[in-house]
Amino acid sequence: MIKVTIDDIEIEVEPGTTILNAARKVGGEIVPPAMCYYSKLPGTGGKCRTCLVEVTAGSAANPTPMPKLVPSCSTNCMDGMVVKNSTSERVFENRGGIVEFLLINHPLDCPVCDQAGECHLQDLAYEHGAQKTRYEEERRTFEPIEIGENIKLHMNRCILCYRCVHVANQLTEDRVHGVLYRGEHSEISTYIENALDTDFIGNVIDVCPVGALTDRTARFKSRVWFLKPMEAECSCSKCSGKAVLWMFGDEIYRVTTRKDQYDEVESIDDKTAWICDECRFEKKDKSNWNIIGPREVDRHSVISQGKYETKIGQHHKKIE
Amino acid sequence: MSGKKLLLENIEIPGIETFEIYRKSGGYASVEKALKTMSPDAVVEEVKKSGLRGRGGAGFSTGLKWSFLAKPEGVPRYLVCNADESEPGTFKDRYLMEKIPHLLIEGMITASYALGANQSFIYIRGEYMWILRILQQAIAEAHQHGFLGKNILGSGYDLELVVAPGGGAYICGEETALLESLEGKRGNPRMKPPFPAVKGLWGCPTVVNNVETIAAVVPIVNHGGEHYASIGIGKSTGTKLISACGNLVRPGVYEIEMGLSVEEFIYGDNYCRGIANGKKLKACVPGGSSVPILPHYLVCKTEAGQDRLMTYESLADGGFKSGSMLGSGGFIVFDEDQCVVRNTWNFARFYAHESCGQCSPCREGTGWMEKVLNRLEHGHGNLRDIDLLADINKKIEGNTICPLGDAAAWPVAAAIRHFRDEFEWHVKEPQGAQKRNYGMIEEKSTTLA
Amino acid sequence: MKTHTDTSNKYSEKFEFSPESLAKVNDLIAQYPEGKQKSAILAILHLVQEENGWLTINAMDQVAVILGIKPIEVYEVVTFYTMFHIEPVGKHVWEVCRTGPCMLVGSDKIIEHIEKRLDIKVGETSADGLFTLKTVECLGACGYGPMFQCKGKNYEHLTTEKVDELIEQFRNEAK
Repeated sequence: MIKVTIDDIEIEVEPGTTILNAARKVGGEIVPPAMCYYSKLPGTGGKCRTCLVEVTAGSAANPTPMPKLVPSCSTNCMDGMVVKNSTSERVFENRGGIVEFLLINHPLDCPVCDQAGECHLQDLAYEHGAQKTRYEEERRTFEPIEIGENIKLHMNRCILCYRCVHVANQLTEDRVHGVLYRGEHSEISTYIENALDTDFIGNVIDVCPVGALTDRTARFKSRVWFLKPMEAECSCSKCSGKAVLWMFGDEIYRVTTRKDQYDEVESIDDKTAWICDECRFEKKDKSNWNIIGPREVDRHSVISQGKYETKIGQHHKKIE
Repeated sequence: MSGKKLLLENIEIPGIETFEIYRKSGGYASVEKALKTMSPDAVVEEVKKSGLRGRGGAGFSTGLKWSFLAKPEGVPRYLVCNADESEPGTFKDRYLMEKIPHLLIEGMITASYALGANQSFIYIRGEYMWILRILQQAIAEAHQHGFLGKNILGSGYDLELVVAPGGGAYICGEETALLESLEGKRGNPRMKPPFPAVKGLWGCPTVVNNVETIAAVVPIVNHGGEHYASIGIGKSTGTKLISACGNLVRPGVYEIEMGLSVEEFIYGDNYCRGIANGKKLKACVPGGSSVPILPHYLVCKTEAGQDRLMTYESLADGGFKSGSMLGSGGFIVFDEDQCVVRNTWNFARFYAHESCGQCSPCREGTGWMEKVLNRLEHGHGNLRDIDLLADINKKIEGNTICPLGDAAAWPVAAAIRHFRDEFEWHVKEPQGAQKRNYGMIEEKSTTLA
Repeated sequence: MKTHTDTSNKYSEKFEFSPESLAKVNDLIAQYPEGKQKSAILAILHLVQEENGWLTINAMDQVAVILGIKPIEVYEVVTFYTMFHIEPVGKHVWEVCRTGPCMLVGSDKIIEHIEKRLDIKVGETSADGLFTLKTVECLGACGYGPMFQCKGKNYEHLTTEKVDELIEQFRNEAK
């Protein structure tokens, strides 16, 4: 085991643990935000740069500080490493810059976006975003499209985290969508008209950190904070059948995977409990499910908890 | 005297592009010497002694880079030549490969032997397709004469060389993007660590070196590392190919001894012969578009008043405040009629066009800077835009996966640092800015009188 | 709109590898270690483009089959690299460098002149289908600008007169 200090808290972790995962072991404010890293999808991370942290001592053997901020999701802990996240002015400033970059081309359509209320970019914008935009140019725009029966792609909202590409690569046999073009013209697309319709492809909706990929069967039906999440299971030959039903009265509006506090799909019996498209899109009747009881959901979103005052306040206090 | 030449010495010999003439002129001697009389480690040792530094732009010690190469049992190692020359202002590798292709092939064989690679690659930008064919021809000739293939010169050493084309992407000059591209993927740079020396091409230990670096191995092995190190000044040893362009009387590729004065290079009879059309020097980007621009008063002299020399150290003298970098040796000269704002916008457009789009600061930041500079150049800017640019810069620099973010940020930051009054003039006199250039800066002052 | 390109005739235009180019494709693949055939993709795409002028969807799909990869992997690669044309182009594509060093020696004027002479804008194809004008970033001819590249050949040290001559020359050759 090696020792690492994050925001003055010392922890012991296995060698090979990333800074981000070490921080997650402690939880709370010291955990850097992650828009592209997804622990259940190997190969993700390093791209969005929101998880950048300051390393003030590289290791016990070589305690010199690292000159650049490092992506905590893809930097391994070293014995004696000292990391600053919520206690670093530099991190706060640069993270603000990154959030600004993610927002300059992001539409201000939260009021009509199904992701609002459980959107990571929304949270970040409240925590780190400026109140006024400095971007005077035209935003990059795309037409929303249907990629398959059940999934809607709003490319305008995409932050190019690549998570959905990894889902298609790792959970399905046939990947038909990917990242096309390059630079600021990069886009998620199938290039030619094509449908995402493999058995587990619906999980792209759950891993999408923003409202770029949404569930067409639940589209515009309700805001998430009006729905009651219920833990449920069904016997399914394809998947674990363990899901969360988002209900309004007796009606099932939406079916999702069960997610943890970092909004990642939970592991159940050491297996990531992805759900299949049949469970997600077709089982919308109560009789399909055995409803266990209300699901504790980490309502991290600023909208659902109104914690926008306190979050900013807390952060500034930490720095002082 | 035009100084000692190690790479281009024989370039004027008619027919030097053929194996026959190249061999007659002493070519492939380094392969014979290395394979017959030296161990691979001895070759690495000579390269270390030579003080050779990577000629692609970063200037990292080649001997050190080679010694980092992991050598696990039973795993192939690769040498990859970076011939993706795409840095604006840089066209030296093209000149070398076009005129004296066997020098690169010879260097590849000797270097591959030193590294224990049995298959090596030359990744050449797709826009150099005719040079790719020249190289393939040279490889075929070397094969015929027993310098490639199985059991080269009876030494027991085998080597195959493959030339692979790019498809039009500046980013593939970044070594890990190059490896991705060579694997047939999008040129997205990889996260480091692991470095290519440990996990490179197809996950195997790999060294990636620039064309000129590999060519320089030939004279190093022929004459010894110490001889090479005796040329040049301090840690800038040997010779360097400089590709000079812009408003010069005689642009082109020159091999210079490290330590030549910048003044001699711009105005000397053996080099660029001064500014074209009798005009005055306004500014200079001495190491390819990514390095900071220098105003005329900092080109030939450092801030401390010393002569500026063509070395890694002297060009960087003064740091980013009053210095620049030798970079890839793309020497771009601006005459008094050139507009710094327009050029800065042009470069910003280049970087926005070439960003791979993988990480957010570069993808969004380069595009944003391009748009703001476009407005400024065309008379639609505000004074606050200048500070905005400086701030976007700070948020990109150091926060990206690969150095393209820095490369995009530095030229903008330097242009604002040295030519702020010209940017302000574009805002205050937009119509004038459309009609004429701001001109020379007479004083060092950075505020508009 | 780039996304979800429709599948009208233009995009389903068929491509057929000639036996000679198929042999070349196999040679290209054989250069790489077994299982690493994907490395040949850029060289193969260049070959297809030389033969067909541009990359049809059908051609890209065939490349995917030959390399044993998914079509989307080919699309991803093709759209990343700027040398590949994914729309039909004229017989000759003039790619004029617009980057700094060429701009310093007058590439803007050359681009404007070509636009005027061919009566097209950058990105367009002339009415006779002979020329497509594109602007590109640095082609490594900084000391020899202004310049353009066409079919792997550089035309350097351009002047407006030289451009006129070249247009004539290309037109005469097409007759």
